[in-house]
Amino acid sequence: MVNLANHPFSRKISWTRRDFLRDAAGLTLGSGLLSSRLLAGLPQPGRKVVVVTFGGGARDQETFAPEGQENIPHLMKELIPQSAFFTQVVNRGILGHYVATASLATGAYETFNNFAATPPVNPTVFEYFRKDLKRPASDAWVVAPSNGFNRIGESSHRSYGPGLGAHVILPKHLLTAATSGSQDYAHLLRDNYETPLYAPELSGNEFELQQFAALLKLSMDDFKTHALTLSSPDELSVYIVRRLMKQAAPSLLWITLHDIDIAHAGAFSLYIDGIRRTDRLCAEIWKTIESEPEYAGKTTMFILPDFGRDSDEDSAGNGFQHHRTGDVLSRTTWMMALGPNIRQGVVYDRPLDSTDLVPTIGSVMGFSSALSQGKPIQELL
Amino acid sequence: MLPSELKPEHFSGYPPQARKIVTENLAALRLLPLCVLPTLLREAIEYDYKFPAEQRALERELANLRSLTPEQHQQWFAGFEKIQLTAALEKFDWVNSPGQFVEQLSAHLWTTHQQDAYRRAAMEYGDRLQSAAPPEPLPVPRVGISVIGQGVAASTLPLFRKLRAHGAYYTHVNPENGLQQLLDFAAARAQAHPIPYAHWYIDGGQEGTYDPALTSVSYHALQPARNALSGKMQKEIEQPGMGPEQLRSVMAQLRPSDLGLDRISDAVLARFQLKVLTEGSGTQIFSTTFAQWAAREALRRAQPLTMIVRFAPRQRQRPMNELLYGKKEIELDPEGSLVDGDMGAYYNWLNQQRLSGAAESAFIAWFEGHNEAIAIGPAVPRGTVSNAPTDLKQILTWTVS
Repeated sequence: MVNLANHPFSRKISWTRRDFLRDAAGLTLGSGLLSSRLLAGLPQPGRKVVVVTFGGGARDQETFAPEGQENIPHLMKELIPQSAFFTQVVNRGILGHYVATASLATGAYETFNNFAATPPVNPTVFEYFRKDLKRPASDAWVVAPSNGFNRIGESSHRSYGPGLGAHVILPKHLLTAATSGSQDYAHLLRDNYETPLYAPELSGNEFELQQFAALLKLSMDDFKTHALTLSSPDELSVYIVRRLMKQAAPSLLWITLHDIDIAHAGAFSLYIDGIRRTDRLCAEIWKTIESEPEYAGKTTMFILPDFGRDSDEDSAGNGFQHHRTGDVLSRTTWMMALGPNIRQGVVYDRPLDSTDLVPTIGSVMGFSSALSQGKPIQELL
Repeated sequence: MLPSELKPEHFSGYPPQARKIVTENLAALRLLPLCVLPTLLREAIEYDYKFPAEQRALERELANLRSLTPEQHQQWFAGFEKIQLTAALEKFDWVNSPGQFVEQLSAHLWTTHQQDAYRRAAMEYGDRLQSAAPPEPLPVPRVGISVIGQGVAASTLPLFRKLRAHGAYYTHVNPENGLQQLLDFAAARAQAHPIPYAHWYIDGGQEGTYDPALTSVSYHALQPARNALSGKMQKEIEQPGMGPEQLRSVMAQLRPSDLGLDRISDAVLARFQLKVLTEGSGTQIFSTTFAQWAAREALRRAQPLTMIVRFAPRQRQRPMNELLYGKKEIELDPEGSLVDGDMGAYYNWLNQQRLSGAAESAFIAWFEGHNEAIAIGPAVPRGTVSNAPTDLKQILTWTVS
């Protein structure tokens, strides 16, 4: 296997991102020696973590490159100056959204069929968190875009697995249930953009409609009425996230955004619209964190794509449309971290692995992720 | 079964010309690794329906394989020999279903983290083949033309940004009769160089009047086929146990007659259109995607000398709340389609530059009905801007040597 972290093109992507950010956002270059470890100390009780996947994958040309920065004004002007930014996060796994997001959530490269309704093989971050810290099910939640993600909250690992996972909310599925499955809502469910006409059977620890209504103190009529004001599934997800934070305040919250993956339909303008919406929603989530008493001042937020998209230069692909070539550009992404004790406005060039996220969350929150393949990111500890 | 066990009778299910070319090269094919041979058979089984350029490329590749010494063979395929396959893949009917085999092979390579090794070996093989069996010289330099923005009354969008560094950007183009000037230009080239499938006109909407010497494909003309495909897909996904991979397999097995495309007298073109609709993601829904993907595939496969691609307004993507309201009428999105077409024009140029004769080729993109155009060619100064009044006919003269 190619060592992507040392691949010249991978390093070039990293340097380019660093230069773009330094020029545009006035960031400084960090190093491992200047880690914020001395500032942070041990994991703090009551610490919360929110993970947002900037999905489903966007390229530098349309985001951090000079010509792309117009599409991410909120990241550039509001979030990056407050964040530690890692320019080189390499995904060595399978580039399908469910399997890749599951790999992010387990800290190990999962190898199951991306389109199968199957749980991850390795324990998820939610199971590590709940088992080690003896947390109830209500303290770990996943808000995910489509039916295909319904098994992501809980692995099949025999030492973890059933009963230790996160609640999974599939907002569109709830909406369909709330509206008695009319034909138009059925269409909404089938928006796995790689296979737009497919909706797998549901099973797993998915949150049901009545529980949802009771927990969020939200009538179905209000839910439907609000949904009618929203333009995309990700907006619906963020609406539910806000309600969840206000009513349940889980300590570990994972939000998978997915609108960008409309790129699979091949319309560049819709892909750009998706990036701009995702940029805005990321800022809204952070504002919610800062404004909710249960979260303000004690929450670390990670934003990262699950992977990128194919480059224009690779003739095996069709540019932005897919993520099928496995080229370096589609594997090399970025991550930003915001929150207390994180050095703000600093860029780190050293290569990370996308499996490093779970052990880092473990270190922040104080649990062990023994079966993860990654390593804690020292600059954040 | 392994490649070394191949016999002529294994190919009895192949179309006549495909069977002939495979059995004539059986000795060379038997030596190929299993992770390579089905990728070649996937091309060969379609030989009867391939464009002449593809047939010649396949013949060159087979001739090259026949000519390799044992030492050369070892060098050429060393990377592939390291790829580990499963018994299930060996047992698969890769002779008669090479396309499905390749899909399963791809999934296997991803799952076993061999994708990068395979990709590296494939690129090395492609480079060697390019050097050993270069394509023939062209009778005339290629010319690509993209027409974008149909239906947009006015736009402040900065167009052709990705192309401007490579050529001259014109800001005062007289749009009058512009499309006809471009189609006349293509027709003249088709008359002067009457080579099958060498001169194309792809329209993302309703095609304009064009010379029958041009090979033409349009989104509008394919509406019955698109509707038929949509109906079939809908029916298939309602079947129990239907998943994305099964659906893709079903679509791969469709024949032109399944979508009414057998009414087209040209079987090769009918098959091309079938594949654009069944293999291209989004081509069934968005006309801009159709135009870009059809152009990509025509360039890759037919390697035309002349190609006009006209982008038309696609249907507007309905936001979620409109779906909830049950609003059903289809509206067009000219402004979004202009953005799509702008990127599509860039991809058309990139894909043209991947073909032989790239250094001599020319490319023009025009904002239909407006004053902006970009021209790229060996005689055109790069990164320049012309504010002088001109027209497309003049730009064609300056750009095409």
